[in-house]
Amino acid sequence: MRRNKTSCTMTNFHKQQHSFIQLPKTPTGITGLDEITGGGLPKGRPSLICGEAGCGKTLMSLEFIIRGATQFNEPGVFMAFEEKAEELTQNVASLGFDLNKLQHDKLVKLDHVHIDRSEIEETGEYDLEGLFIRMGYAIDSIGAKRVVLDTLENLFSGLSDTAILRAELRRLFNFLKEKGVTAIITGEKGEGGSLTRQGLEEYVSDCVILLDHRVINQISTRRLRVVKYRGSQHGTNEYPFLIDEEGISVLPVTSLKLEKEVSSSRVSSGIPALDDMLGGKGFFKGSSVLVSGTAGTGKTSIAAYFANETCNGGKKCLYFAFEESPKQIVRNMKSINVDLQKHIDKGVLQFFASRPTLYGLEMHLVAMYKLIHKFKPDAVVLDPITNLITVGSVSEVKSMLVRLIDFLQEMQITVMFTALSLNTIVSEQTDEGVSSLVDAWLLVRDIEYNGERNRGMYIMKSRGMKHSNQVREFIITDKGLDLVEVYLGPEGVLTGSAREAQKLQEKTGVALRDFAVSRKDKEIMRKRKMLESKISSLQAEFESAEEELNKIYLEEQLKQEIVERNRAEMTNMRKGSIDAENKIRSKK
Amino acid sequence: MSQQEQLPLSIDNLNYDHDDHTFQLRLFVTGASPNSSRAISNLKEICETFLKGNYQLEVIDVYQQPLIAEREQIIALPLLIKKAPGVERRLIGDMSNTNKVLRGLGLPAEN
Repeated sequence: MRRNKTSCTMTNFHKQQHSFIQLPKTPTGITGLDEITGGGLPKGRPSLICGEAGCGKTLMSLEFIIRGATQFNEPGVFMAFEEKAEELTQNVASLGFDLNKLQHDKLVKLDHVHIDRSEIEETGEYDLEGLFIRMGYAIDSIGAKRVVLDTLENLFSGLSDTAILRAELRRLFNFLKEKGVTAIITGEKGEGGSLTRQGLEEYVSDCVILLDHRVINQISTRRLRVVKYRGSQHGTNEYPFLIDEEGISVLPVTSLKLEKEVSSSRVSSGIPALDDMLGGKGFFKGSSVLVSGTAGTGKTSIAAYFANETCNGGKKCLYFAFEESPKQIVRNMKSINVDLQKHIDKGVLQFFASRPTLYGLEMHLVAMYKLIHKFKPDAVVLDPITNLITVGSVSEVKSMLVRLIDFLQEMQITVMFTALSLNTIVSEQTDEGVSSLVDAWLLVRDIEYNGERNRGMYIMKSRGMKHSNQVREFIITDKGLDLVEVYLGPEGVLTGSAREAQKLQEKTGVALRDFAVSRKDKEIMRKRKMLESKISSLQAEFESAEEELNKIYLEEQLKQEIVERNRAEMTNMRKGSIDAENKIRSKK
Repeated sequence: MSQQEQLPLSIDNLNYDHDDHTFQLRLFVTGASPNSSRAISNLKEICETFLKGNYQLEVIDVYQQPLIAEREQIIALPLLIKKAPGVERRLIGDMSNTNKVLRGLGLPAEN
């Protein structure tokens, strides 16, 4: 919080400083160009646009004039040394600009400067005062703030005295500065390294923009580079641009800064088990997710699940398919219990399928920009980005994706890319090099073991959230996608039928053990019973013995009693003194 | 004589219906700049020498009539436009190179 505050004041401070230094600029109104140049062309100064024939110099300068007139209320003069006014009018009519009307409204003045060497005889010293007067009059007549001279170098083909021409050019640029107009001078790219054939860059030192038109692999891309911009910072890269029905669009990395908003709300991936792996809640809203894997690992299924989930939640999803047709995807996803058609019918899901080779990368990017702007989705799926490689080099695809991700993040749109990795080596992080750009990277890979192929999924990275480090088995069934925990045994990770086999084996083990235990129990019971019976027999024996002994004892007693009785009787019979005898007995 | 015969051949063949063989010349200048002054005096001299009595010369100051610059496709000045006879020709410069001026007017070069 505190750090934020300081950084905030820092930027304010910088901005304040900037406003002191910053050159006054004239916005061109051309999409993207103002971002690169930090606001437009230097105000009140001439700028040079150079490039080969057919690279868009004339159109760019003409758009500068038209946008100035229509958007910024700055009238402009267009001095055409090549094309006639009618031709220019026709050319831009296809872009929806009505030059005739603008001329009628005194917002634009077209002046075709015709020079033909064969018609002119040079008879001595001359100057270009005629051009100056002409231009001065044109500027004053409509109060122009912008001037274009296209292509000034044609003067050199019409007039032969280059010494005079050079002196006059210098005067011309001073004249333009004095007039306080923001001017564009176009020039053809020269031989070798020089920017223009006649070295116009010597005269125009404030801002030089180089246009280029290259064909690589049969696909042409126009590019723009700010070679020089005195007294201002500017983007130094080559930026692709294109000309379509809405004029020129330069595609810079949408902003040169990394200052976008972030959200901490989450969106579900559509697969509960995957959400669990991502800290239980899924991806961050507005984040970028890469799903990579080898062929047939279910990347599209994951993407379709994500799209389905987004639509189920009532959000909108835009699906760019570069491999399969929408119908194909809808049909295929039905087999895993995902009905995308109903979302299409409801209008929350839109497919945009195009062959990557249909047009260049930049065109793709622009098409995406436009669709996203129009449809305003909450989530975007690109399936697969790897196919784009067919129309550009890895670095080009990367730079395009950087710009796309940047753009989407600014719009707070969650994006899921799928990427086919041709290489199964995980450490080799190809995938168009976007892996470093994305916020979350899911890897689906084949696990080949025991004569079968299974899918394993894990999370390579997921910025800003706790995520599982476990490999899960990724299962595609009629009911849908699911993740199950793999079997981690002493022999390593087991998946598929090996996992099932291991489970069965474990079950058998339990059964066997149970059986063994019960058998032992029974044996113990039996033994106990045996011993118990033994004990009882012994007891019986003991009892009989005891009885025997008792019998003997009783007999003895009985015998004794009888003997004693007999004796007493005998004594009685003998007439002994019974009393005496009793006395003795009592004494006893 | 032979020279005089050549002259009408080269021009009048192209534009025969022109009864008038008068040279119609328009000189565009910028005020009293050195080039302009030189051009006026040089041209007058040439006309007097080679086309005496057979020309109409109009000197126009473009500063005074800036509109004409666009209409007449003027870039370099001083500019001499020969409207007639024959096709239109444009000569620029201070007219110091007499031979070039003569050639531009379709006249034989001075020896």
